Amino acid sequence: MVITGKVWKFGDNIDTDRIAPGQYSTEATEVQAQHCLEGADPDFTKKAKPGDIIVAGKNFGCGSSRERAPQCIKDFGISAIVASYYSRIFTRSSINIGLPILECADAAEKINEGDTVEIDLDSGVIKDLTNGEVLMASQFPPFLQSLIQAGGLVNYTRKKLGKEPLAK
Amino acid sequence: MGMTITEKILAAHSDKETVEPGEFIDARVDRLMVHDGGWSTLGVFEQIGADRVWDRDRLVLCPDHSIPPNNISSANQIKDERDFARKHKITHFIEMGRGGIAHAVMVEEGLILPGELGIATDSHTCTYGGVGAFSAGTGSTDAAAVMALGTIWLKVPPSIKFVYHGRLPDGVYGKDLILYTIGQIGVDGARYQAMEFTGEAITALPMSGRFTMANMAIEAGAKNGIVPPDATTIGYANARADRSFTPYQSDPDARYAAVYEWDVSKLRPQVAFPFSPGNVRPIDDAGEVTIDQAFLGSCTNGWVDDLRVAANLLKGKKVNPNVRLLVIPATQKVYGEAMREGLLDILLEAGGAICTPNCGPCPGRHMGILGDNERCISTSNRNFVGRMGPRSSEVYLASPAVVAASAIKGRLASPEEVI
Ligand code: SF4
Repeated sequence: MVITGKVWKFGDNIDTDRIAPGQYSTEATEVQAQHCLEGADPDFTKKAKPGDIIVAGKNFGCGSSRERAPQCIKDFGISAIVASYYSRIFTRSSINIGLPILECADAAEKINEGDTVEIDLDSGVIKDLTNGEVLMASQFPPFLQSLIQAGGLVNYTRKKLGKEPLAK
Repeated sequence: MGMTITEKILAAHSDKETVEPGEFIDARVDRLMVHDGGWSTLGVFEQIGADRVWDRDRLVLCPDHSIPPNNISSANQIKDERDFARKHKITHFIEMGRGGIAHAVMVEEGLILPGELGIATDSHTCTYGGVGAFSAGTGSTDAAAVMALGTIWLKVPPSIKFVYHGRLPDGVYGKDLILYTIGQIGVDGARYQAMEFTGEAITALPMSGRFTMANMAIEAGAKNGIVPPDATTIGYANARADRSFTPYQSDPDARYAAVYEWDVSKLRPQVAFPFSPGNVRPIDDAGEVTIDQAFLGSCTNGWVDDLRVAANLLKGKKVNPNVRLLVIPATQKVYGEAMREGLLDILLEAGGAICTPNCGPCPGRHMGILGDNERCISTSNRNFVGRMGPRSSEVYLASPAVVAASAIKGRLASPEEVI
């Protein structure tokens, strides 16, 4: 699948409290989505649109295990995240819930805020259509790819239990 | 080639002779804990469509973030957990008033023992490494899959060994050791790795200090933190165990991705400045930082040892008029012990507000949230932007001794200043 979107940039160590602030933790999911990344940029959800892409530095999603962090980004409609690398739990949870995340060491340096970027989620090729840069995301290990292909952990587990997959 | 304690526990739980760092395994889970913050696990479990929980004795449901509930939605989330526990006849639903902060309850009640594998819907699940268990946090979807299958996929982490030489000076604790460590290696210095804590200073640490250190392994990005069991561990575990357990030790020829050795015999109390647990300096370099709130509690430092340290410093003294001191024992047992020992009297006399065991203001949800531009010195583990309140508020992390001294002085202060 190929997606295209406008880029919003974030720095290193964007933690889960910045992504999904604790004060909204018991709010409805739609409300949480409207506050996603508020701790990093209070105006983010006013400026960004569904379909946009996040490009970030190192250790994105560090901190708590709250699945609301990748979930609120996904619910807001962000189509993919490209970061140098992610925290462990954020990686697991994003794959589990089907939020496309890509690891690319150079992305934060080569891609600028506001650029339009095209990502081939299958091959990992990232094209910055604004400045012409072409980057390659690193491949996930085969096991994680099988999890992604199964459509996330719910369907993967259903399969193990001999049940039909749920529609995405 | 030898294996580390982490590798041995993972091998034993995946029926393998040996495992290699980087290897993917399907591991048996001895205990799964889901707190109210992980409430959405229940909905995902429904989506998975399993008929039953894999083992009703091995799931622990322990609400702790919003107890007693502070609004209707948290009341309903906890009610959902309670209803689920009844429906599935879950052995360990730990009701408020009978538990406290789940991580502390898990180790205190022997729900997790040396050599076991624990998973929970919380990043500080790594706390159980204090008893020599492997434990790691996950999101709700992972936890729901464990609830259905009793297993979890894990990537075997490389281990980093920390050797702390020397005895800690008076007034310096496990909290200072772990803050110092994170300050040295950075908030992603142990990313995806196991942190193994060893050395003379660790042998001398009480269990509470070991839990504090393992608890904050995640703040260095680690998958788990672990203290190889010794006589202290075994004594602690034996006093609580209702089943047999296997303590593991790292082999002398085990492989480490890195080894750090520090002489800590002259270590000073440490403080993590906003907005990162890695932004650490010795208290002597703190400068003049006034505070509005002092928080003594959390899964990091809500132990009776911690309350004792604070009470010793606060005995016969008053909390600064410009400061409110919030004291939240981690569990009901800690609360009871502190009461019988007279610690709560001392803290009350000093002007502390004592709340029922729960997470308190630590995650910014409940009981003691900060106002605009306020500063809090806290024994908890995170000081991210907006962690305990608005973006303009600030959290400083330190030991119970530094928190008590600061509460008296009204500014960041070293314990020696109030003795
Ligand atoms: S005390 Fe704080 S860090 Fe510990 S479990 Fe509760 S919210 Fe998380």
